[in-house]
Amino acid sequence: MRSPSEPAMPRGPAALVAAGLVALNFGALAAVAGRADGAGGLSAADWSALRFTVMQAALSALLSVALAIPVARALARRRFPGRGALIVLMGAPFILPVLVAVSGLLAVFGRNGWVNDALGLVGLPTVSIYGLHGILLAHVFFNLPLSVRLILQGWARVPSEHLRLSATLGFDASARFRHIEAPMLARVVPGALGVVFLICLTSFAVALTLGGGPRATTLELAIYQAFRFEFDLGRAALLAGVQAAVGLAALVLLTRATLPEMRATGHDRPAPPPPGGLELVLDAGAIALAAGFLLVPLVAVLARGLPHLWGLPAPVWAALGRSLLVAGASVLLLAAMALALTLAALTRRWPEIAGSLALVSSPLVIGTGLFIVIHPLADPAALALPITALVNAAMALPFALRAILPAARRAQADYGRLAQVLGLDRRAQWRLVLWPRLRRPAGFALGLGAALSLGDLGVIVLFAQTGGETLPMQLQRLMGAYRTDDAAGAAVLLLAVALAGFVVVERLVGGRDADA
Amino acid sequence: MKVPFLAAGLLGASTLAALAQTPQLRVLTYDSFVSDWGPGPAVEAAFEAQCGCDLVFESAGDGAAMLARLMLTGERADFDLVLGLDTNLTASAAGSGLFAPHGLTPVLDLPVAWDDPLFLPFDWGWFAFVYDRTRTPTPPASFRELADSDLSVVIEDPRSSTPGLGLLMWVKAAYGDEAPAIWQALAPRILTVTPGWSEAYGLFLDGEADMVLSYTTSPAYHLIAEQDDTKAAAAFAEGHYLQVEVAGMLASSTQPDLARQFLAFMVSDAFQSVIPTTNWMYPAVTPAEGLPAGYETLLRPEVSLLFSADEAAAIRESALTEWRDALAQ
Amino acid sequence: MLTLDGVVIAQDGFRLSADLSVEAGARVAVIGPSGAGKSTLLGALAGVVPLASGQIRWQGARIDTLPPARRPLSILFQDNNLLPHLSVFDNVALGIDPGLRLTSEQRAAVTTALAETGLEGLGGRKPATLSGGQISRAALARVLLRARPLILLDEPFAALGPALKNAMLDLVAQIARRHGATVLMISHDPADALRICPQTILVADGRAEAPADTAALLRDPPPALAAYLG
Repeated sequence: MRSPSEPAMPRGPAALVAAGLVALNFGALAAVAGRADGAGGLSAADWSALRFTVMQAALSALLSVALAIPVARALARRRFPGRGALIVLMGAPFILPVLVAVSGLLAVFGRNGWVNDALGLVGLPTVSIYGLHGILLAHVFFNLPLSVRLILQGWARVPSEHLRLSATLGFDASARFRHIEAPMLARVVPGALGVVFLICLTSFAVALTLGGGPRATTLELAIYQAFRFEFDLGRAALLAGVQAAVGLAALVLLTRATLPEMRATGHDRPAPPPPGGLELVLDAGAIALAAGFLLVPLVAVLARGLPHLWGLPAPVWAALGRSLLVAGASVLLLAAMALALTLAALTRRWPEIAGSLALVSSPLVIGTGLFIVIHPLADPAALALPITALVNAAMALPFALRAILPAARRAQADYGRLAQVLGLDRRAQWRLVLWPRLRRPAGFALGLGAALSLGDLGVIVLFAQTGGETLPMQLQRLMGAYRTDDAAGAAVLLLAVALAGFVVVERLVGGRDADA
Repeated sequence: MKVPFLAAGLLGASTLAALAQTPQLRVLTYDSFVSDWGPGPAVEAAFEAQCGCDLVFESAGDGAAMLARLMLTGERADFDLVLGLDTNLTASAAGSGLFAPHGLTPVLDLPVAWDDPLFLPFDWGWFAFVYDRTRTPTPPASFRELADSDLSVVIEDPRSSTPGLGLLMWVKAAYGDEAPAIWQALAPRILTVTPGWSEAYGLFLDGEADMVLSYTTSPAYHLIAEQDDTKAAAAFAEGHYLQVEVAGMLASSTQPDLARQFLAFMVSDAFQSVIPTTNWMYPAVTPAEGLPAGYETLLRPEVSLLFSADEAAAIRESALTEWRDALAQ
Repeated sequence: MLTLDGVVIAQDGFRLSADLSVEAGARVAVIGPSGAGKSTLLGALAGVVPLASGQIRWQGARIDTLPPARRPLSILFQDNNLLPHLSVFDNVALGIDPGLRLTSEQRAAVTTALAETGLEGLGGRKPATLSGGQISRAALARVLLRARPLILLDEPFAALGPALKNAMLDLVAQIARRHGATVLMISHDPADALRICPQTILVADGRAEAPADTAALLRDPPPALAAYLG
């Protein structure tokens, strides 16, 4: 029930953004379907692709989140030198282009990788990374960092008073889990599961490369095939529709399952010292294992490419400049969209769903649909980079909302009444109540947006332009031209720039001590 | 309000004037052709030196993406030429009715006869499994030997990559109705299937697999650009399937003469001599000074296999189903 | 005079009705079993809980149609009365101008309010660095500064120790006396009520009763209150 006097946050801009996102995601699909000559049904192969897609996405989500919980807890309650840097670095796999990340993973887990070298040294049989377990390994590699960050934020919102309470009541680990951690997890875990599921739903290159063959056919690959080799737009639209329907169902389920934020007292006091003994050992182990799993492949990428970094040809540096411009524009767009939707989402669900739509869309279909819409109106080549910035922002928006919204709703739940009885107007409420509580998650979200944009290969392949290559595209071209050394160097550059972009934006927006 | 209006008018007029002075020829091609490491930059400079025009290459992914884009824009295509289709794609390209006959009859150095009225080849190559001599001293000499070996290979997915589709055709051309049995025998040897050539070749170079589906000319890159002679292509007794890359002019082009001039240029020395060390394929017309040093060391298969464009289009779907069923087991 | 005329509050199966009036300048305790609706009643007065029907009037004028901030009252909640990221000074200053654009006179008034509540020199601190008693004082400083004729207290001192709580209650009484303010104060402890509230509203069984003499009520409690007091 809304009190008659509750200050309504502006909904106009949010409605505008939501309409734009619906147009972008479903308009693209409609544009593709509109050009089709009719679509048949799903073939047996399509059904098995659907089953496989959902199965691998569900398993990837469960594994990523289950593994993220102990890591997030350990990071939340331990303080050690380099903790902030470690958290940032551990986020790197999420923002890496697939091609680079897979090569890092293979250097560690591949046939000639370090793990198998070590197994061989002690006389154990080697392990193969190819198959469903390889897909899961890669998806956990990509999504563990995101899951850790999302859950870490949940931990950061547990009032330190509750931890003090549990310490003074002498809670053991299981009592603390039951009374303090489990209720918090019940609120963040469904969100994390949903996001990872949706990310993996449109997986294509990873699933194919590590899946070992056509057994690992995902819907996105079937769309690719329908579109490129059969030029059957009806089939492409049908498959994309099925994919979107699965994603949308998951999304709605997810928003329904998300429990409201708990109101809790908190004065931002420091937390009591964390438990020692066995729990300290377990925490140290969780952090060490996760850091090793996530960072060693990055070290492999670095080791391979660092020697070739300085010799990179000029076009790569030019591409870097373009990538930075695109990422800058993308972050601004992301900020505007996230702001509009967050304000409207304090008391409603629809802005959150609208903001998450990009997660359920096939990137290939978005690119194709945009091309169909734009081509008759303007020169697609001239719009390639602005469209890239826009699509990047829309793609980062679901993650941004996931980070910002819980904090915003929490701030509203804790201090909304106070703002009301004091008569804070919208601007004052934003400036004094919301923004100070949102700064850190917003810094994280926009930093993520910058990094994702920098690492994005783009959906604009059809826009056919030359001289507008971004850094990831240039990396792809180097690999296509046999120049693997330069490509390795460019991968290091990309890794460094994406991380730097993340850190710079996060600090700029979130303040100096921004983390978690 | 008058000033901006005037300025806009002037701007428009001057742009039009510039266009009238130097006609622009727009060519749709694939990414690696226009990349700074591909033939694009050199070709552009050489053609502009003789045509008095502005040659613009624009790229859209790979050959299949190019064709898809062309199909989407149909009659309203904003290009004069398309460069980079292969014989697996030309049947649908021809069927679109968007292409005009090139009317040229150059003497081509191709292992097969060529008389397509719409599409003119600019380079070609044989598909082959590339291996590392130091790791694999005795490579298999046929698909059957490969199936019986304990080697691992990486191949590209025929649903998303042109080399992958080439391999599908290769097995079909060599074995016909026996193709499913061959695929089943090969299945245990296939380490994985990648979306594209770059991923597959990268896996091979990283030592993940013993062999990779690529071209007989791939070792030339390592030899010429890296002075590394350890890479070689395995000769298969069944023969090797060809990839012929072609260009065609669009019927909707407003400058058919200039487009035809480009096609003629395309099979001349200035264009062809760039191909071997940028696209790492055989030029369609061997340049006057011959092939670069190093090319003589490459495998030259005795039997060349190639389906006509129509045959390729006709068998593609059933071949794909056979492939998927055999490998999905 | 504060008048609740046929007020009904209905929320998720919960229902509370109130037909009563409170004299201006009175200090009234609100007592009743847990979950009876004491906080809801104060929330409705403050405008953060909607009415299902009825009217609330202050000195004859309807106030239930006004937005919370325009009602002639200040309310202190059980918790979250201070924004943790603002200084104590700013938290108090919110009571004058929610936009925090203060004239020098207003700044002086904030400083005075801080001094009068015993927080001299602590204006620059963040709430996290204050003790529980100091946090209560800061919240009271804002009430003092706002000088509204009605003060509603939703157990803001429940977390304090007895001595500290008594000090706070005395401070409330002192502020109220100075402005002639009317106080409605929820309490779980009859001693609190006896200390500063001559009258008491009993909230039980879905009804808020009219104010009665506190001492008499506690001496001879009706059954619902007797069960609660034990």
